[in-house]
Amino acid sequence: MSLEGFVDTLDLARWQFAVTTVYHFFFVPVTISLVAITAGLQTAWYRTGKEKYLRLTKFYGKLFLINIAMGVVTGLVQEFQFGMNWSDYSRFVGDVFGAPLALEGLLAFFVESTFIGLWMFGWDRLPKLVHLACIWMVVLGTQLSAYFILAANSWMQNPVGFRINPERGRAELTDLWAVLTNKVVLVTYPHTIFAAFMVGGAFVAAVALWHLLRRPDVDRDVFRTALKIGAVIVLAASAGVALTGDQQGKVMTEVQPMKMAAAEALYETEKPAALSLFTIGTLDGSKEVFSIKVPYLLSFLGTGSFDGEVKGINSLQEAYERLYGPGSYNPNIPLAYWTFRLMIGVGLSTGAIALWLLWATRKGRAPARWLIWVVAPLPLLPLLANCFGWIFTETGRQPWLVFGLMPTASGVSPGTTATELIISLAGFTVLYGVLGFVEVKLMLRTIRAGLAGTDAPPPESDPDDAPDAAEPLSFAY
Amino acid sequence: MELTTVWFLLIAGLWTGYFVLEGFDFGVGALVRVLGRDEPERRAVITTIGPVWDGNEVWLVMAGAAMFAAFPEWYATVFSGFYLPLFAILVALILRGVAIEYRGKRADLEWRGRMDTVITVGSVLPPLLWGIVFANLVRGVPLDASHEYVGGLGELLNPFALLGGLTFTAVFVAHGAIFLALRTTGVLRERANRLARQVGVVAAVLAVAFLWWAQALRGDIASAVVAAAAAAAFVGGLIANRLGREGWAFTGSAVATGLAVVSLFAALFPAVLPSTLSPETTLTVAEAASTAYTLKILTIIAGIFTPLVLLYQGWTYWVFRKRVVVAA
Ligand code: HDD
Ligand code: HEM
Ligand code: HEM
Repeated sequence: MSLEGFVDTLDLARWQFAVTTVYHFFFVPVTISLVAITAGLQTAWYRTGKEKYLRLTKFYGKLFLINIAMGVVTGLVQEFQFGMNWSDYSRFVGDVFGAPLALEGLLAFFVESTFIGLWMFGWDRLPKLVHLACIWMVVLGTQLSAYFILAANSWMQNPVGFRINPERGRAELTDLWAVLTNKVVLVTYPHTIFAAFMVGGAFVAAVALWHLLRRPDVDRDVFRTALKIGAVIVLAASAGVALTGDQQGKVMTEVQPMKMAAAEALYETEKPAALSLFTIGTLDGSKEVFSIKVPYLLSFLGTGSFDGEVKGINSLQEAYERLYGPGSYNPNIPLAYWTFRLMIGVGLSTGAIALWLLWATRKGRAPARWLIWVVAPLPLLPLLANCFGWIFTETGRQPWLVFGLMPTASGVSPGTTATELIISLAGFTVLYGVLGFVEVKLMLRTIRAGLAGTDAPPPESDPDDAPDAAEPLSFAY
Repeated sequence: MELTTVWFLLIAGLWTGYFVLEGFDFGVGALVRVLGRDEPERRAVITTIGPVWDGNEVWLVMAGAAMFAAFPEWYATVFSGFYLPLFAILVALILRGVAIEYRGKRADLEWRGRMDTVITVGSVLPPLLWGIVFANLVRGVPLDASHEYVGGLGELLNPFALLGGLTFTAVFVAHGAIFLALRTTGVLRERANRLARQVGVVAAVLAVAFLWWAQALRGDIASAVVAAAAAAAFVGGLIANRLGREGWAFTGSAVATGLAVVSLFAALFPAVLPSTLSPETTLTVAEAASTAYTLKILTIIAGIFTPLVLLYQGWTYWVFRKRVVVAA
């Protein structure tokens, strides 16, 4: 069986990366934020002794555990994928890129996995304070994990702290500190974390809202607290996302001007530049047909001054040809344009919903019945915004894999066959589809079960008097 | 010692740690339906590895990341060369991980039974495939001048590799049974002890044959001595198991697993992936390595954090040291 010649291994490898990474990133933002929220709730219980916090800790903690299982197993694929599908890329960047990945493993993943085990099974094994410290260690692990992996990704957006060794044909690390303090990671990390908290806050609020609407008589006070906590987190994170996003726009204009031009479908250099809210272009994105614009705004976003110059696609293309030789240096422009807008629009609409919810439930008011319609969109919108943001970031880097150094086409494994790639792409897609279905069903079941059982003494996990097999709320197996 | 050698040793150490630790949780997973006759028993079996299996698996993540960082060529060649086996390992590990975490999240027995089946399959396949991968790593594979794998899937399924697969599987099942005997009570403990005796003999025979063959292919005196010590430790473990000295039995199977992996890496050195096409295209430690600067930084980081990792992972085993009792 030969599929070679019909399909390009490069396209397959790119699709596989896109599918598996975006999928990994469905779970990652939830993990990052939900573990911190759970830790916060447990701390509130530890300090105030109020039972509602304990019940919320157990309830959301259980949802967190269902989620992180998927994050962990899909992360494994990420780690292997560089070598499997992108071996020439790995050879080229390993010396630089490997260090943050190794740091992530050693400082973050070990901490995360070990302390989750301790937290999950340690409820009545460990002194209260030590048990609380365990979940904070998990929080620390997720933060470090995010930082190091984003440092690796930022290096691909803006390579620093290295030199090229022409003999070995690879990039070599000269300054790890420069890699870890890349100006791109300094803005990307807070932006990604805030974006994650939008998802987690929205999730907490949506679950609570569902209960308030569907079972208004059951655990009303507890869920009102949760709704408020979630909505406030969403609002704070929205502000954080907007502030850091603005910073990111400036850094991006500086290090990857083509991405900013693509985000705006700005063909000719403008000074001052207007921000377009809505544009219809020709199908291949090469020309603008109709557009609504806000004058000066793009200049401000990109440069911080209202009449700053923003470079257009055509002049950048010329400049790049002079620098790197003939070829096209345009990313997919309609994709960049729309994902950028959708990230902001879809994402920030979550903030509006959160604000509305706070208003609608102020001073003990019961939320209106029609709000049942915002339960599902509430967490899904920021999750989608995360996807759009990443698709924008990663496809906007094209045709580069490592900006200015390595085109995407040269990174793919030369020896890997189309057959192998089709098997793995199809395999992961089907597997992920099935697991996604199982996960969502389990989540919904657990959400529906609500706080029942959480007022019992902390879930039994002491194997010496292991709980009855049918005990539904045990964290243990 | 040169830093490249240090990192070769560290990576050998990470794989060793991975197989010693995840080795027993593979074994426990493989035995969940064999030793656990009803739901409370199966639950007890899974509980013995519940708090630790994920931490054990991170040794694999770390081994991969360390290869990427310290020997990019090695990482690139091995991971793209063993494509389909690694893909299958990933699928198995994904299914297994999810099943372990999700089995207790629903009360109904049918769900739990299904998860147990997934855990069983997901715990047998990876050792089988890792055995195949590691046997080929030692034996060598066809590599071209740019160190790309140029064989097909059939190339990887040679008799030596298949023996490797069976050996890894049998040894881990025995290792897991011994661990269960150490961590449970009553009938479960007796059953595990008995099973370890039976599987242990098969595993010992396979392991001796495999290690012998590996040494004949590519060994020297030092690696052969380590391999012999591995075999001796395993036999010692089996004897202790027969005498009901469970701590010693587990020490024996753990040391044996560790030494066996070390002997494979020792046989490999200074190559990291031998080529069966020509000695010129064999990938060596020196060719695969990162720069001195990178290795130096990695060494400092590893020097600080590895002891911490060992400390808190060790603490976990201490916290959960009590035997697991089957719920009434
Ligand atoms: C809830 C999700 C969410 C929301 C509401 C926003 N973002 Fe965002 N954005 C992300 C989620 C995200 C992300 C998925 O997390 C990305 C992808 C890569 C990154 O660093 O964060 C991202 C990337 C990203 C980039 C690309 C960086 C690069 O390629 O180097 C820019 C310029 C912005 N964002 C700017 C903004 C602005 C100005 C926003 C609103 C005012 C905004 N984002 C809201
Ligand atoms: C932070 C660590 C990340 C690293 C190191 C990384 C690295 C890569 C690599 C190597 C590719 C393949 C080459 C290419 O097509 O350019 C890629 C593509 C891609 N990544 Fe990322 N990525 C990271 C994070 C993410 C995240 C979190 C997402 C989405 C949620 C994402 C979405 C994509 C997409 C959609 C592509 C395909 C782009 C295309 O081929 O046009 N990436 N990334
Ligand atoms: C493409 C690059 C990526 C690689 C190679 C990667 C690798 C991994 C691996 C191996 C795991 C499992 C760890 C374990 O076994 O415990 C994991 C989980 C995790 N990853 Fe990723 N990852 C990538 C992208 C990202 C990004 C972009 C982020 C955050 C911004 C992230 C954050 C996390 C976190 C917090 C976890 C813990 C589990 C979870 O979130 O559910 N990862 N990742």
